[in-house]
Parts: sequence; structure tokens; C-alpha cells
Amino acid sequence: MLSKLQNTLNSLSSKKSLKYTLYISAIIIFFALILVPPIIGIVIKAPAMQSFLKQPVLVNSALGAISNSFIIALIVAALDLIAGVPLAWLITRGKSRWLSVLDTFADIPFVVPTAALGYSILLFWSSSGGISTLFGSSLISPGWLLVMLLHFTFSFPVVVRVVVGAMLDYKMEYERASRTLGAPPLTASRTVTFPIIKPSLIAAFSLAFARSLSETGATFIVAGLVFQNGPVFIQNLSNGLKAGTISQATYEGGTVFASLILIVVSLIIFGLIRVLGQKLTLPFGKGLPSFEKKLSYKKAAWSRNSIALFVFIVIVLIPSLFVALPAFQAIATGSTLAQALMGQGIWSSFWQSLFLSYSLAAIVTVLGILTGIPMAILISRKTFGKLPSTILDLLINVPLIVPSIALGVSLKFFWQGIPGIPEFLLLVFAHLAITYPYFVRSMSAAMERINVDMEEASRTLGARPFTVFKTIVLPITKYSILSGAIIVFTRSVSETGATLAVTSNLVTAPVLLVKWVNSVRGIVAPIAGVNALTVGLACGFLILFSFIILLVLRLLTRKGKI
Amino acid sequence: MPDVRVVNVTKKYGKLYALDNVSITIHDQEYFSLLGPSGCGKTTLLRLIAGLIEPDSGEIYIGDRRVDKVPPEDRDIGFVFQTFALFPHMTAWSNVIYGPKVKNYDAKQAETIGHEVLELVKLNERLNAYPSELSGGMMQRIAVARALAAGAKTLLLDEPLGQLDAKVRNEIRYEIRRMAKDLKLTAIHVTHDQAEAMSISDRIAVMKKGKIVQIGTSQELYMHPNSLFVAHFIGESNFLEGYVTKANGESEIELRQGLVVKAFNQMNIKPGERVVLAIRPETCEMKKGHVASENCLFGRVEKSTFEGIVVRYEVRLENGDRFVINRPSLTEEWSKIGEDVTITYPLDKAHLFPYPESGLAEEIKV
Repeated sequence: MLSKLQNTLNSLSSKKSLKYTLYISAIIIFFALILVPPIIGIVIKAPAMQSFLKQPVLVNSALGAISNSFIIALIVAALDLIAGVPLAWLITRGKSRWLSVLDTFADIPFVVPTAALGYSILLFWSSSGGISTLFGSSLISPGWLLVMLLHFTFSFPVVVRVVVGAMLDYKMEYERASRTLGAPPLTASRTVTFPIIKPSLIAAFSLAFARSLSETGATFIVAGLVFQNGPVFIQNLSNGLKAGTISQATYEGGTVFASLILIVVSLIIFGLIRVLGQKLTLPFGKGLPSFEKKLSYKKAAWSRNSIALFVFIVIVLIPSLFVALPAFQAIATGSTLAQALMGQGIWSSFWQSLFLSYSLAAIVTVLGILTGIPMAILISRKTFGKLPSTILDLLINVPLIVPSIALGVSLKFFWQGIPGIPEFLLLVFAHLAITYPYFVRSMSAAMERINVDMEEASRTLGARPFTVFKTIVLPITKYSILSGAIIVFTRSVSETGATLAVTSNLVTAPVLLVKWVNSVRGIVAPIAGVNALTVGLACGFLILFSFIILLVLRLLTRKGKI
Repeated sequence: MPDVRVVNVTKKYGKLYALDNVSITIHDQEYFSLLGPSGCGKTTLLRLIAGLIEPDSGEIYIGDRRVDKVPPEDRDIGFVFQTFALFPHMTAWSNVIYGPKVKNYDAKQAETIGHEVLELVKLNERLNAYPSELSGGMMQRIAVARALAAGAKTLLLDEPLGQLDAKVRNEIRYEIRRMAKDLKLTAIHVTHDQAEAMSISDRIAVMKKGKIVQIGTSQELYMHPNSLFVAHFIGESNFLEGYVTKANGESEIELRQGLVVKAFNQMNIKPGERVVLAIRPETCEMKKGHVASENCLFGRVEKSTFEGIVVRYEVRLENGDRFVINRPSLTEEWSKIGEDVTITYPLDKAHLFPYPESGLAEEIKV
């Protein structure tokens, strides 16, 4: 049966018409489901901006919030690079076998849903139970500093992952050549390694920047009552609408206004990064090699590694997992755990939301892979020529830079005009739009690294295109497919902003957690049965399940089963 | 001026010995080649000398200075990589003056050195091109120029001609030797190509499985191989298996099916011991028909191949052994397939070795 299917796929794959139908379908799906709806959603509501623009207080507040977004995103992305590169260096260049464990730990903030992460950061830095205990009072109050710490935490793994990937692909021969010509290690890195991996450094910076700019759910938790960035401003508008303090027109106008500015300015900044990044060169720095020589050797390298590890453990890892502490307490008390496991009271809605989140993430991941692979092939193999591939490559990035809540709102604006769309489908579209670029990016980069000779060799040995894909492309790119799938899955499980925006009835786990956290913090009316223990346990479950799923995926790939 | 000395150096990768207690001295201003099959440890040895990897034990000296703990940038070496490793983000010119710049030479000095070395490698065009825009030969010249510009007195070359086509390779190998000699450098050249090593080296070390099996000039290695491996790896040899039957001076060897031949027994192998007689194809004479004479073998031509300068014959000896012989193609009448022939060999160019414990095939495996 299976071989019959394989034979059919093989003979079909040889037909050019079918191949092009597949590619064109991928392009249509990208435009119809991912790129166009949010843009049209914003454009059709553009007239609503008029009533919003008549309210100078709100306009000023929006502009202030948006500038906060950019300032924080730029600073955080820069700090991520400064801290992430030494850790990536340590992971790829260190000799200890424990570094592979460190490599896995670097992914942990990926696993923690951002809403849980936000709460975790709040507990660690701000509550009396966290690090603040050492100082007698709240060390860092909710506000801009806490938002920066949060954004640093969740964008840090992105930077580490990208830079580790680049360093693994980097030919060490260049650095060795530099050393034999008289350059101390740091000079060799500055003058040879970093310029060669510059595209990846720029990509890491851009991804961290985009993540910071678009994150909503967790930011809302740690922003406090006074501080606003762009996404928080949109969320506050949405809350204001629900509370009846602002009108529908103001809500729509404000959302479109903030989203448009965020999108346009982001596009300009991305364009600048793209253009200037390529031209950016570090000066050779006469005399610098002697100074760098002093910084290159054992003691200095040891200090550098220690600081990188310290930053990772204290600012990223522990605050990310801190939320799990009350989970242990909840397990110790027994009754909360028993209630949770039996699905009593509030826990029934938790399990429902968890089931919804994981089902949604699984569907989105499968759809992302199915629609993303043809697009990745189109981009990497320049099937329709160089220019169309470059344009597609650029357009893929658009959903990355739109704040997730703005993306959600604009998608809702678009799809609510088409009657009969189920809410679940809307959720799938929203999550697909947000996660799609991550998969395509990871996959197309992997495809570019494959030597086309290997595929051609396979064809000359009698393999049809489907067999070539199955026996050559798939095994070589499986790690990238897995990495892409992991990012899609975790992003979907943790996505809050867009989910809040597109849903009225369905409640995913992060949305439920935000409600619970707000209840515990007294921001909304208390929900009976929700307290710090239940929130901690719920976050603990979410982290645990996500971690197990990722672990299974990793083990499966390692055994070469996928 | 630097001698390079490697003393009892061992390097392991897991359980595998890449280098096993190797000692070697390369003299000042010598052009020295490390020759051996893939995986014999020659590149490992070169990288240890460069400081790109550290030995597990042993000592390395460049000149009088012990350097095995010294980082590569302080060893005063120039290294030419097999892949050239030209920095892809720099132009050819920037690659060449990279060394002087990281060594904090002033701009003018760096420029002067750059032009001098480019003069040496006879390349003064396309200096603003990036490596990806250069031909293999040009990249090779830039790689050598870059290594020379760093001002090193020891030049290490890791299969520097491996990426070039045969014609360019033959031209450039003599140029590299000339430059090394003109600049009075000590050069260590890693290659698996015996013709390349023999044509340019003052001395050659033949390596096998992490050990040095013989060091000598090209002639010494060719004329007096100390092992079956060297006899096989340097040039080509026919290996005839047999037993020593008489062991005084001109020994007698009984080959398969009772065929008796003569050979000098320089290793004093005792009668009754199993041996291998190595005879190079180009040292033999061949006559048509079976004509009895001193040190002769009778056989029949099974295959002949025209190879340009020589014709290569594969002859089946009367005892069933296969024997290869090369004869000049232009000055001799060619023999035909199926023709009976008599092969004679000079006694002093036939080498007798004890039969290896691991078997002949394993011993000569590359």
C-alpha cells in the first residue's frame, strides 16, 4: 500500500505541470492566507483612524508607546547580541561535554509560553518571593526595566540558536589561517570570523528586534499600570473597549494607527539594517591586535565565559523557570495537584485550554511544514528566477515584524467581513501567519546549504524527484525541519497577543493564564479558586508538557526516524 | 635561522593514534616533504608544528625555542592551506597584507611587503578581486604570497597544490621551491603525491599509520627503500613471494612452483624464511622469446598499454606470478600480447624483504 503510494507520488513528481501547480499553490496560500489578510484588514479600517486622530491625548499616548517599543527592541536586540555571541562561542568552541547540556538549556525559554514567562519574570524580579527577597523590597517594579529584562530573556535563545548555527557552519580554516598570520584569537574573530558570519549576526539581531517589537501577552503582564509599548497600547485599547471606556471607532482607529506606524517604521528599520548591515565593516584598528592579545588568553577567556554563563543562568534561565517553584509547592500540598489532575473546578477549563493549545499548535505545525517546504524550495532554488525569489524572501519577513496583537486584530478585521468562518479556523490562520516565516526561513537556509550536485547525482542514478526529496533532501535537512517545527510549535503554544485579538469564545492556555495572572494580581475581578499556587502549577504543566514534546521530537530525529 | 625539531610527539584522537611517538629534525633552509597516504598523520604533524593543534605528549622546537605550548600567532610560521582559506570578505590585496597589519606594521611598510611578495609570486593583476572571482592558480599564488608576507622563516604547506589541475600544479611546484630557496626559508610540504614530493624536496619523510617509516632524499627512497611499504609507495614494484634457499651473499630464492631466482640478501635473512622480492618495472630488460641468461624470468605478455614515454606490459611468469615491466616506447620494438618474453633484472636493484607478519597486502595497503 505504502509502496504503491510512493510509486504514484514518484511518477507524479516527474510531471512538470504538477510541480509548478504545487509551487504556485504555495505562493497562492502565502498571499491569500498569510500576507494579504492582515494588510487588507488594516487598510479597510483605515478610515476609522479619523475619529482616533481627533483625540490628541490618545494619539500622544500611542506615539509614546510606539517609540518605547522601538527603543526597547533596539536596546534588547543589541544586548542579546552582546550576551548571546559569547555564549554561542562557548557552546561551539568549548571542549567540555557538558556544553551540549548547556546547548539544550539555551532552548528552555523557547519552551516556556511567553505568558508564563512574563509571570515568571514578574515573580522572580518583582515579587517578594523572588530575588527581591534578598533586598527586602521589590527589586524591579513592573515597568520598562522589567519589560526589557523579559524581552531580553525570550529573544536571547533566538540569538544563541542563530549564532550557534552560523558558527557550526563556519569553516574554522579561515580563523586558523588568521592565527598563523599572526593574529591573536580575538583579532582573528574580529577581523575574520565576525565579518564572515555577519549575515547571521544581522539575522539574529533582526529576529530579536522583531520578537521584541511584536510580543504582547507577556509584556502586558510585566508592563505595570503606567508603562506602555505599542502592543500593550493596543491591548489596553481592547481592554478599554471591553470595559466600555472607549468606543468601537476609537478602538479600531487606534489599533490601525498603532499597527500602521509599527509596520511602516519596522519596514524602514529592517530596510536600513539590510542595506547598512552589508556595508558595515569594523575598522582594522591599528594597535588593537596588541590589546586584543591581552584579552585573548586563558584568564581573559575564562572571565568572558564566566560572565556569559552568569548572564545566561541569572538573567535568562532561572527567571524563566522561576514560575515552576510554586508548582513544587502545589505538588507538596497535594490537594491542589489532586484537584488539577482530576480536572475539578477551574482545572477543567485549564485542561480544555491546554488541549486546544496543543491541538492548534500541532495543526499549525503540520500546515506550516506542508505549505512552507515548497516555498522554501522556491526561495532557495530560485525556481522562478532570481528576482521573484528575492521578493518572496523579503515578503516572508512581513509577518515577523507586525506586532502579534496587531496581526491578530487586522486578521479579525479581515475575516469578520467573510461570514461563516469558524473561530478555530481564524486561530489557525492567525497562528499560521505568525509562525510561517520561522519555518520557511529555517528550511530555505538549510536547502541553500545542500550541494545541488548531490540531488543531481541522485537523479542520474535513476531517482525521480519525490525519491530525491525523500532520500537526499529530507535526511540532510531533517535537523532544520525539526528546528523550524520546534519554533512553529512553541510559538503557537505560547502565542497570546494575536489569540486574544481573534477569539471571543475559544480560550487557549496562554489566554487562560493571562486571565489567571490578572486575577491573582488584582487587575481583573478575582476568579474563584485561582491563586499563586494554581497559576504556578498551570505554568509548570505547560512547561513540562512542551518540554516533553520537544524532547521526544529531538530523540526521534537523533535516531533518524524522521 | 630555524631548524624544526619534533621530539617523541604523540597525538591521539579517541583511541586512534594520529601520531605515535614521532621524532624528526628538519634542517634550516631545507625543503622537506611529508609524504604518505590519506590518514597517515602527515597533516596532523604539520598542524602540530603550526600550533593549530596541541600534542598529547612530546616536544616541538622551532630554532632553539620550544613551541608546543606557544599559540600559532607567536610561532613565526607561514601556513598555506589545502583549501587556500583566503578570507572571502577581503580582496586579494587585503588578504596579502593581512599578516603585516595584524602584526602592527605601519601602512607603508605593509604595502611595500605586499608588493614584494606579489612580485615573488608573479602576480600583480586582479588584486582588487575577491577570492571567489579568482582562478585556482591565482588563489594559490595569493595564499602563498599571504603566508610569505607575514615575514615567517618557516613555511608550512598543507597539500598546497591539491586543488589545482595537473598542468598548473607542475608549474607551480617548482616556483614554490624556488621562492623558498630564494628567501632562505625552511619549508615543510605535505603531500600524498610522490612525484610532487620527489621533484621538489631536499629530503622526504614517508609516513604510515602515524609513524615515520623512512627519511631520505628522493634517490635514497627510490633506490634503497627500507620496507615493502616504501618500495610500493615510492614508485612501483613487483612483489614476488618465496623462501630463501641459500643465504650467502647472492642468495637464492625459491618462488612459487619451484622457480629459483637470485637476489642480494642485504638483510641477512636466514635460509627457510619466507621473503618478498621487490623489483621495479623500469629496472628490467625485456627480450623476445625465452633466452636463458643471468637473473632472468620467463613469461608471456598478457596485456600492453601505451602510456606515452613508456609501454607498460603485464607479463604472466612461468610460475603463474604476474609481473609488470615498463619499456621505452620510442626506441624499442613493441612486444605483442601472447608473445613469449625473457625478463632480466639487475641484482643490485632487486630488494629482498622478510615476509611481513600482517601479510603482504596489509603491509603495502595505502
